[in-house]
Amino acid sequence: MSTPIIELENVDLTLGERAILHNISLTINEGEFIAILGPNGAGKSTLLKLLLGLYKPTSGSITVLGKTPKRGNNEIGYAPQHRTLEADLALRARDVVGFGLDGNKWGIALPNKKRDKHVEQALDEVDMKHLADMPVGKLSGGEQQRLLIAQALLTHPKILLLDEPLSNLDITNAQVVVSLITKIARNRKMTVLLVTHDSNLLLPVIDRVLYVANTHSAIGKSEDVITSEGLSKLYNSPVEVVRAKGRLFVIGEEH
Amino acid sequence: MFDILQYSFIQNAFIASFFVSIGAAIIGYFMLVRGLTFAGHAFSHVGFAGAAGAVWLGVNPIYGLLAFTIAAAIGIGSLGKELRERDITIGIMFTLALAFGVLFLFLYRGYAEEAYSILFGTILGISSLTVLITAFFSLMTIGLVLLVFRPLLFSSFDPEVAEARGVPTQKLAIAFLILVAITVSVSVQVVGVLLIFTLLVGPAATAIRLIKGPYQTIGLATVLGLLYSWISIFLAAETNLPVSFYIATLSFGVYLPVRLLVKKNI
Repeated sequence: MSTPIIELENVDLTLGERAILHNISLTINEGEFIAILGPNGAGKSTLLKLLLGLYKPTSGSITVLGKTPKRGNNEIGYAPQHRTLEADLALRARDVVGFGLDGNKWGIALPNKKRDKHVEQALDEVDMKHLADMPVGKLSGGEQQRLLIAQALLTHPKILLLDEPLSNLDITNAQVVVSLITKIARNRKMTVLLVTHDSNLLLPVIDRVLYVANTHSAIGKSEDVITSEGLSKLYNSPVEVVRAKGRLFVIGEEH
Repeated sequence: MFDILQYSFIQNAFIASFFVSIGAAIIGYFMLVRGLTFAGHAFSHVGFAGAAGAVWLGVNPIYGLLAFTIAAAIGIGSLGKELRERDITIGIMFTLALAFGVLFLFLYRGYAEEAYSILFGTILGISSLTVLITAFFSLMTIGLVLLVFRPLLFSSFDPEVAEARGVPTQKLAIAFLILVAITVSVSVQVVGVLLIFTLLVGPAATAIRLIKGPYQTIGLATVLGLLYSWISIFLAAETNLPVSFYIATLSFGVYLPVRLLVKKNI
């Protein structure tokens, strides 16, 4: 049942003078929903970029879908961490989603019913069909995030990489985005890696967590990884994990 | 009323401005979208030095314009991604270019008319050969932008995802700057160095506020640009006032009410 889809072996990454990741080895299986956690600047986004082929590891090997990562892979959907979308571009929701379909192809987009249908289906999947002609600048943060997920889904990827899709969202909108991602991932049997700095909304739906800190990583069930002992080892300094009112708090991580 | 059309210099002006306005509107849209309007302004100043140098050497100013602006495009393009820092470099570069422009004009010791036409345009005085050159470069620019249209728009909107999807964003950025350089060079002949914004940015900035969708915006910008130029040439011929004065006034006269009255797409 568990077929490996992403494998990292002894991966080191140094950018300039700075060691970002050191000796990372892990395996992620097909259909898993993984939350990538860790403090700011720990290399969570960098890890996604390694999987996309935007960075090459300094040493070690990475295998994604049986191959070394290379940019331009339609089997991976990606939505990077986003600022508010530019209001001045005169782009509508359907234009942004359309990039996912053929934004990398030469020439202009000729009127095409089949293309429109694909785009509308993708918008429908994230409950945004009614906003198809809305300028992106007029959409709320949650709507913009859903739009970017729809864009990432258009090539029917096997792996979906989402970088901080919940940042800048209030709890209600974040909840909507989480259940949307969960629903789509289950329907499509997609592997999802989601970077976040607050795991609480995700803990009920994810399969495992990947915790990145201090150039090292730990992967496993959240109750095994997010423990005072485990994280103290990872950070190499005392960390306390507190469970209160069904939520997890990691204390002492910023040093 | 239309008897001015029988003069060949008026015909030349209409033909040249036809190609220039279309190219300028399309490139102008992408300049806005990519936050490169300042670079466009800088190119026009660099172009001034090129044109002045060409005049001093006794060759067609368009060659000087193209040579200097394309060199600047490659220079700015290879500086890298950091836009903010780039603006400082661009600023320093174009003041140097202006200094050389002054030097060339001083060495030329010719009529002030030449300097005047570089600064404010000479659309009513261009030769048939220049019309051909203008048409050629404008069509080439339009063709190339259409060729890279989708990846260019994608990478303007979201460079990170575009790169992940295999769009060569860095190469496209340099290629686009070169197209801006060419467009600036041919536009300088119509409106001059100092009024370049009226043709490049004016129509696109107005269109973006009036219509949704990239293709629709570019279409409207093209129509506006063309109308500004043609109406202005006509008015200038009738009244003997400078063409670029009319273009700038029209461009501003339409932009202002749109800016004030139409709510931005946010």
